Amino acid sequence: MTGTVLNVDRTATTAERQRFAHLLRAESTKFRTVRGWVLAVLAAAAAIVAFGVGPSMHGTCGSGSAACAVPVGPGGQEVTDSFYFVHQSLAGDGSITVRVTSLTGLIPTDATGRDAAIGTRPGVVPWAKAGLIIKASTRPGAAYAAVMVTGGHGVRMQYNYTHDVAGRSGPVSPTSPRWLRLTRVGNAVTGAESADGSHWTTVGTAHLSGLPATVDAGLFATSPQYAATAGGVLGTAGVEGGPTQDTAAFDSLGRHGTWPDQSWSGTAIGGPDNADAQQQGGFEQTTDGFTVTGSGDIAPSVSGVSGIGTTITQTLVGTFVGLTVVVVVAVMFITAEYRRDLIRITLTAMPHRGRVLAAKAIVLGAVAFLTALVAATVVVAVGQRVLRDNGVYVHPATIGTEIRVIAGTAALLAGTAVLAMAIGAVVRRSVVAVASAIVVIVLPYLLAIAFLPAGAAQWLLRVTPAAAFAVQQTAVQYAQVDNVYTPANGFFPLSPWAGFAVLAAWAAFALALAAFLIRRRDA
Amino acid sequence: MSDATIVVTNLRKRFGSTVALDGMSFAVHPWQVTGFVGPNGAGKSTTMRVILGLDAADAGHALIGGQPYRRLPRPLCHVGSLLDAGALQPSRTARNHLRWLARSQGLSDRRVDAVIEQAGLAAVGRRRAGGFSLGMRQRLGIAAALLGDPPTLMLDEPFNGMDPGGFIWMRGFLRSLAAQGRAVLVSSHLMSELQDTADHLVVAGHGRVIADASVARLLATASGGRVTVRTAAASAELVLADAGGTVTRTGPDTLTITGLTAEVIIAVLNRHQVTFSEVAAHRATLEEAYLELTRDAVEFRAAAPELTR
Repeated sequence: MTGTVLNVDRTATTAERQRFAHLLRAESTKFRTVRGWVLAVLAAAAAIVAFGVGPSMHGTCGSGSAACAVPVGPGGQEVTDSFYFVHQSLAGDGSITVRVTSLTGLIPTDATGRDAAIGTRPGVVPWAKAGLIIKASTRPGAAYAAVMVTGGHGVRMQYNYTHDVAGRSGPVSPTSPRWLRLTRVGNAVTGAESADGSHWTTVGTAHLSGLPATVDAGLFATSPQYAATAGGVLGTAGVEGGPTQDTAAFDSLGRHGTWPDQSWSGTAIGGPDNADAQQQGGFEQTTDGFTVTGSGDIAPSVSGVSGIGTTITQTLVGTFVGLTVVVVVAVMFITAEYRRDLIRITLTAMPHRGRVLAAKAIVLGAVAFLTALVAATVVVAVGQRVLRDNGVYVHPATIGTEIRVIAGTAALLAGTAVLAMAIGAVVRRSVVAVASAIVVIVLPYLLAIAFLPAGAAQWLLRVTPAAAFAVQQTAVQYAQVDNVYTPANGFFPLSPWAGFAVLAAWAAFALALAAFLIRRRDA
Repeated sequence: MSDATIVVTNLRKRFGSTVALDGMSFAVHPWQVTGFVGPNGAGKSTTMRVILGLDAADAGHALIGGQPYRRLPRPLCHVGSLLDAGALQPSRTARNHLRWLARSQGLSDRRVDAVIEQAGLAAVGRRRAGGFSLGMRQRLGIAAALLGDPPTLMLDEPFNGMDPGGFIWMRGFLRSLAAQGRAVLVSSHLMSELQDTADHLVVAGHGRVIADASVARLLATASGGRVTVRTAAASAELVLADAGGTVTRTGPDTLTITGLTAEVIIAVLNRHQVTFSEVAAHRATLEEAYLELTRDAVEFRAAAPELTR
């Protein structure tokens, strides 16, 4: 029965459609003729823009600074490409085999007290990596394929930054070493592993288009930033972390093919120019092999704690302020009528009550959508430029992503306006309705972003209407990169449109309930 | 009955344990002002809300030109109503209030300007309605009711808050609407407001109709043929009783007689050479007729808390 409210256009005759157009015009005239509402909506847009183009965030990336130049991988995406590389040239096809007998490392000590000095302790992070790599060149961002042991994820075959194939699990140790092999045939690089050096298992094959005839091949070690949420029961006090390093012991090195260089050379790839010795890494030739120490990662670049910089999501942080204002206006659009019994005049003029609600929802949705569309467009166009001028690294987003963020923000405010109005229609009292709408919509977002532990935050952003903030997400999560993937860092538990669907479901339910009640109740 | 524009049939409605309507039935006809009177709590406003489809009756029905209100395609062009002059968004101007109403019926702004003129609001149309006095709000409510140029008008207590000038304006205005052939239903809890306005009266009490008659007939019924005689002579009581009258002494030198007309009384007194200073046939006012009819309802009101819905 409530479904007919929203299906009015489809089932209506021409005359009825015209009558619904009258309703829409009446409700939009109502909205336009209360100056306070119009000013509030303009203020909401101004708040979104003000937060976006006047951010307080500052960074150290001056224009042209090499420290903030992020390499771009073969897929066009930004990557992290920083490791210690012990390499020679390999001309044409060939292979390289090695045994890894240990993987150890250093990670930052947990700084429990505010004044405790941050030191290091032995340990390896789960995505510490060491093994064999074939790379188009030593340029950061160049195509590669690698087979490796890791701190906590067993043997992996990874290539071109975003691809990750799991091999044998379990840690490496002198009593349980791993044999690794990379074989190049044309553009294909195959990774294989073995426990004993005689029985081999293929982990995966990478097809690296445009791989040059002569490539760099050899051993590598790298260990990504350590990141963990700090704090305990009451919430996240923040995140802590720091650089780590790992050291791998290699022996039984074997090569096939043409290796024109006479000796191995060690290069720190992609590290910052001013990196200290720990971050630089190094290698040591032993009687039967090498130990290689490295720090960094070979992986897609992420924003937040484990990566650098921020995303355009950051520039839209003012959305929740605009959203709060829109919630109040949307609630008042109907509760103000109940407060003064104006609803009786409305329903006398327009006795189809479900259609009155539909008209109000359409008017509010359109107002909120257009307001947010303009504000978000300005912010996305201008905000990232301001951040960059302030020396903050902003991960560029594709034009498609930017359009989705802008349209999504507009849809977020529109859906919220409809939900808030429906709550107002159910509750009928301004103060109670405004409070309910804010508790349901805005509060979960603030709690999730600023106060709650990650688990609770992610739960809130799955089930409450605040899930729709996911439409603003531009950061991508990768399984092979440990990061603090929390809402506070711009990572939402749901995909953009799944998050919006949660809000849409709330709005549809609230509107259906409101339509049911407004028909049943005396006005 | 066939020309009736509003027909209310056996409406029943309870609010919790309170019976608001208990079989309310009446009809409203064109070319006249129908007064809808009764003490507060008699069910007048509830009846009007049921007619407008705002409240649902538990039983019975109310039809406008044979149709339920909610079925009317452009309702303001069938019935213009004014229930509560305070039902306004205070920050909206009078003209804008009428503009959204006009939009809802597909009417143009020309119609808005016409009713603003008609209701005497031309000077204040662009002022915020929140600053209006109750009398001005009543005029704005009238303007809204006239917007669709409807054949039927329904006004709940339109005289409330009117100054004497506005009162006279409203009375003439209602009469002129009826003179144009419209059916006008006007409620009031004060009969005096309707004395020279209404042609027909529907008197409500306890949620039902206790009288439904023309003003002329109600007056005739209520006067009951009483005659007052002012005389100092003691014999007057005796000779009038002998002539067949029922005589009650109502004062040291006043008698009230029923059963004899004033002419007969004068003849009898003259024949017996009884001196008298005055013989007055009683002229009932509507107020008295109303008080008599609603005596039960008033008793009810005194005994129970006032019901305003």
